[in-house]
Amino acid sequence: METPGETSSAAARTSPIPLPLRLVFRDPMAAAAVVFLVAIAACALFGPMLIGELVEKPNFRARNMAPFSLEQGFAYVLGADTLGRSLLARLVVGARNTLGIAAAAVLASLLVGGALGLIAGYSRGVLGNLIMRGADIVMSFPSLLLALIVLFSLGPSIPNLVLVLAITRVPIYLRTTRAEVLEVRERMFVSAATALGAGHMRLLFRHIAPIVMPTILTIGALDFATVVLAESSLSFLGLGVQAPAFTWGSMVANGRGYLASAWWVAFWPGLAILLTTLSLNVLSNWWRTYSDPHQRWRLELAKRSKAK
Amino acid sequence: MFGYVFRRSAQSLIAVAGLLVLVFFLSRLTGDPAYLYLPLDSTEAQRQAFNELNGFNDPFYVQFGRYLADLAQLDFGTAMSRNRPAMEVTLEAFPETLKLASIAMTLAIAGALVVGSLAAAKPNGFFDRLSMTVSLAGASAPDFWIAIVAILIFSVSLGLLPTSGTGTPLHWIMPIAVLMLRPFGLLTQVVRGSMLGVLTSPFVKTARAKGVSRRKIIFVHALRNAMLPVVTVAGDLTATLVNGAVVIETIFGWPGIGKLMIDAILRRDFALIQCTVLVTAVAIFLLNIVIDLLYAALDPRIRHQAA
Repeated sequence: METPGETSSAAARTSPIPLPLRLVFRDPMAAAAVVFLVAIAACALFGPMLIGELVEKPNFRARNMAPFSLEQGFAYVLGADTLGRSLLARLVVGARNTLGIAAAAVLASLLVGGALGLIAGYSRGVLGNLIMRGADIVMSFPSLLLALIVLFSLGPSIPNLVLVLAITRVPIYLRTTRAEVLEVRERMFVSAATALGAGHMRLLFRHIAPIVMPTILTIGALDFATVVLAESSLSFLGLGVQAPAFTWGSMVANGRGYLASAWWVAFWPGLAILLTTLSLNVLSNWWRTYSDPHQRWRLELAKRSKAK
Repeated sequence: MFGYVFRRSAQSLIAVAGLLVLVFFLSRLTGDPAYLYLPLDSTEAQRQAFNELNGFNDPFYVQFGRYLADLAQLDFGTAMSRNRPAMEVTLEAFPETLKLASIAMTLAIAGALVVGSLAAAKPNGFFDRLSMTVSLAGASAPDFWIAIVAILIFSVSLGLLPTSGTGTPLHWIMPIAVLMLRPFGLLTQVVRGSMLGVLTSPFVKTARAKGVSRRKIIFVHALRNAMLPVVTVAGDLTATLVNGAVVIETIFGWPGIGKLMIDAILRRDFALIQCTVLVTAVAIFLLNIVIDLLYAALDPRIRHQAA
């Protein structure tokens, strides 16, 4: 599948990695997370090219094959599903849809939420109020249920899935951006730009937006794990991607029926989701410590004790 | 204080109203319910008659006007898929979810307070590292997968717990354990973070200088102050707990409101969808008011600000 978010999926995951990569590798957990995420990103980008037809090729000798056996070659090391398709190949290829959808959704909600937040924070009139009440509606209801209702009325497809995931996340960016804009708007350089005759558009996009940008980019990176989980839940419930397209979430749903006979069909994709979201959260925790001047010494201390 | 609560309630009521409008029109977009309720070989005329009878042939705005008029008389319509009043069906399912969610949330909060505080007592110690890893994993885990793995281990392999349904106390264990996992993980992180902040504040130093015991400092002096962010996050989580409940109820066959709503959506039971949305939204609305009051009770500064 080609999504516009494909290149950004790599960007979204590398952005929490700060410049001093050396510090990351002092912390074993954070280092493992970086390595895992890079591997998954590589799978998402290059996997489908390398694996090719193995994903859809049924191998009837490998039907429901148990994992950890090399009988049918390395591709079947994680076992095979009921049609004898290699689970390893499907995991690698599933990474593209899983991460691509999440990245596209994060990007869309970031752009829309950011833009609406800029307007809501800048305009003091009815428009700003209207936007905030709209955000209240989305926030006042469990996101998964809202997504289910919207997806069911629009019909499950990948673009709709991205749309729905984006809608449920928009309020977060909107509120943060608005709060920042409310503060930035009062700063001296904005008054100076106004005095120099800058119009509303110029003020918003040339002067205010660049200040707000880093905050919402950080939130976007933190939000990525949540969106991956939300997408998997929707796909698991059957309202996400539809066959023949698949994500890790829908792979778990497929395997659910064969739990007693072939546990591995549902187990591996779920483990992939868990490891991905866990790595993202480990990294975002690390990043929080790193970017907090009161906490940063903890990381630097680890460095010194290693150096001894 | 009450002015503040009134203002917030008014805002949330507008949101609930907006939500109902949204759901009303969205659910009507899902397609013709006649195909689902009449046999496959039904004629066009039969389908027309069915839609005429249920009023689905009228323009949307007429249907919406009728819906509002019924609402005003507390008539929530009939759940077509069950042939019973929608509110009756909803109110039967709601307590089931409420029980599940409240037990899971109570256990999650209690567990998080203890584990988070102990972790913060010795930052970077063994217990801290262990509990942080476990809670982070809990917060990151896809709940549907944990549920499936739990069924695999405890029901399929060991045969200890029932796979789904309700009845005996044993039926409660897995749904609650899986449902509390994410709130527990997130809250433990929040408690630890907030506790770490509080433990560096001057009043803790004073207490230590006075010779107050470590345990008393953490659980009596510091915990109350570390509670504020925890209450906020716990409140937000309770609303999202409904998300988890939908998944958990589907997997474990729990007759709660989440499962009811999914069934209603899949069966195009418009009245039931609207009714479950209304009840859920009102419940969350009431919960938010409680959280606001609780927040004010915990932090005197907020009381002054709002007055």
